[in-house]
Amino acid sequence: MLNRTAETVARATPEPLARKVRGISDKGLAWLFISPTILLLLAINIFPLFWAIYLSFTNYRANRPNEVVKNLGFANYQRILGDRDVWIAMQTTAHFVFWTILLQTLIGFTLAWLIDRKFRGHAFWTTLILVPMMLSPAVVGNFWRFLYEPQIGLFSYVIAFVSGIPPTSIQMLSNVSLAPWSIIIVDTWMWTPYVMLICLAGLRSIPEYIYEAAEVDRASNWRQFWSITLPIALPFIMLAVLFRGIENFKMFDMVNLLTGGGPGSTTEVASITLKRQAFESWRTGYSSAFAIILFVAVFGLANIYVKALNKVKQR
Amino acid sequence: MKSSLKLALGLASAVVGSTVVSNAAHAEDLTLCWAAWDPANALVELSKDFTKETGIGMKFEFVPWTNYADRFLNELNSHGKLCDLIIGDSQWIGGAAENGHYVKLNDFFDKEKISMDDFVPATVVGYSEWPKNTPNYWALPAMGDVVGWTYRKDWFSKPELQKEFKEKYGWDLGPPATFDQLKQIAEFFQKRQIDGKTVYGASIYTERGSEGITMGAMDVLYSYGFQYENPKKPYDMEGFVNSPDAIKGLEFYKALYDCCTPPGASNSYMGEGVDAFKSGQVAMHMNFAFTWPGLQKDENVGGDKIGYFVNPKGPGGAQFAQLGGQGISVVSYSDKQESALKYIKWFANKDVQAKWWSLGGYSCLNAVVKDPKFPSSQPYAQTFLDSMAIVKDFWAEPSYAPLLQASQKRFHDYVVAGQGSAKDALDGLVKDWTQIFQDDGKM
Repeated sequence: MLNRTAETVARATPEPLARKVRGISDKGLAWLFISPTILLLLAINIFPLFWAIYLSFTNYRANRPNEVVKNLGFANYQRILGDRDVWIAMQTTAHFVFWTILLQTLIGFTLAWLIDRKFRGHAFWTTLILVPMMLSPAVVGNFWRFLYEPQIGLFSYVIAFVSGIPPTSIQMLSNVSLAPWSIIIVDTWMWTPYVMLICLAGLRSIPEYIYEAAEVDRASNWRQFWSITLPIALPFIMLAVLFRGIENFKMFDMVNLLTGGGPGSTTEVASITLKRQAFESWRTGYSSAFAIILFVAVFGLANIYVKALNKVKQR
Repeated sequence: MKSSLKLALGLASAVVGSTVVSNAAHAEDLTLCWAAWDPANALVELSKDFTKETGIGMKFEFVPWTNYADRFLNELNSHGKLCDLIIGDSQWIGGAAENGHYVKLNDFFDKEKISMDDFVPATVVGYSEWPKNTPNYWALPAMGDVVGWTYRKDWFSKPELQKEFKEKYGWDLGPPATFDQLKQIAEFFQKRQIDGKTVYGASIYTERGSEGITMGAMDVLYSYGFQYENPKKPYDMEGFVNSPDAIKGLEFYKALYDCCTPPGASNSYMGEGVDAFKSGQVAMHMNFAFTWPGLQKDENVGGDKIGYFVNPKGPGGAQFAQLGGQGISVVSYSDKQESALKYIKWFANKDVQAKWWSLGGYSCLNAVVKDPKFPSSQPYAQTFLDSMAIVKDFWAEPSYAPLLQASQKRFHDYVVAGQGSAKDALDGLVKDWTQIFQDDGKM
């Protein structure tokens, strides 16, 4: 009886698909399905990376296809690391990354904390705050360029109204001291909602009973914030910092649209320098070496940061 | 059922037939690549005559100036077949010739009896020759262009302003003959109220991204004594690029930027200059001559309100102007080179060149520009002729792009951002340019 049942079940169970396809095992079929994706990945991600590594050791220039390509060894790397302008661009990038992350984290977390209070209309305000993040950077860049315009821009008029300084004196994009801040302001305006969203997810993940227990222990609001809210939300904040850090290290579109790296080279971040070398000066080998250096820097820093993030999560 | 089948077959054959006819009609269509600007629209109009005469259709690929070099140099470098004909910038000639992007036109010119002696000499050197000053031709001069100035004739002729100016500076307010005079006029108008509006002295080139500030600063530097290299020793730049006179020229350009430009004009090139002039913001406006036909027709600032003048003289009396403009070339990767050469032959014709000028293009043909009626043909015609007689061009070397990027950075750092001195900027430029020529194996 038992044997008959087992036979019935075995007959009813469909044969593995692979067995129906002649000579291909299940594993083979899996590889067959996954191989187009792997090939695509190799073609558009891995091959260019290795190609760029190869080019970084040569004097290749994309606009001189007839020229003999010479192997330069580490000369491109040596030249980049000894180039004062490259270091200035790296400093400028670090300046942007530091200030944008600091402001976006502070404002984003504060907004998330306020929204988490669930006051009347909080859903409406959440949606409204998210609007800048949904816009295209090209639109945002052009929009703010007009706002900063010293003769007709609203930004200059508002500052002039508050400070009493004539609006034409407030030259956000032309002034060496103000231009970096003009970009920091726009990036903060656009991406603070993103940080806010991640922080909000962190705050909403804190179980209500922990606060109730703290209330029973008569912990003050400040104590609750320092001992419950912040430690539990910290991994989320750190995650937001990681995402924004990587993004802002590569910041290009906003700077290109607002100042183009100017005035002079005041706002020339590493990505702008890289673009100029690669697509304006056509130093393909040199710019490949620069791109590899930037990649290694971001990858290394992100790795260290992820390790720290994991430690915080384990606490 | 039968009638339905017939109808279906009929429709299908009509569709197939029309596609075949359409393909046949467009088989010889040529694509001409250029920048998207007013002269390009004039060329579209002009080219209709070519299609009428030859039956060869013309398609156009116009790209805004900001992407013009990127887009078409990428196309040429990748041996693309998009463009059969290209009107490429003057600086591209060296690279395009050495990398085989353009068809060499000497044999074709000989066969069709097109003589380069029939064209304005500066345009032949600037747009057609590589190496420079040798009879190797890669383009036909197509669009003559040069940096010059427009001014608000109506403001200049206000009696109260003329009186005040004369009292202040001791000479009659009018188009300046020297850069010092230009600065005095610019200072005079800066932040002045005219017709209830605050106006400014001058719009000059300050753009950082492509070539703007270099074209503007060079316009001054040439007349102050800047030279690209030692005339007796190629690529020897020390003491020529950074000569004391060149330093004074760059200091002057910065002083002009600081004293007399509209607020926020730190990244201004052709388009921004036109906007500043058209909106009545500035008394004077530096720009390429191609902008003049459009400004002349403008209802608010054109007609009797606008005047033109040649780039002024430097302190030593030297007078030069930055060359713009382009030649038309046949792309060596095109499958339709024969038809493209037909277009070049047609374009070189005197009547076509005369019509080109009348439509708003700038002809480089002597027969057109040396016609006795030419100077009076447009209010700006004489200024154009005078300007073309004093032109100088930026390096046309195959490495012109990094050479340009270096000058863009050095000039913008000093003029707009105020970093370092003019001497630092020009010394740095010698260093950058030397490195580029060393990389090229030319030094």
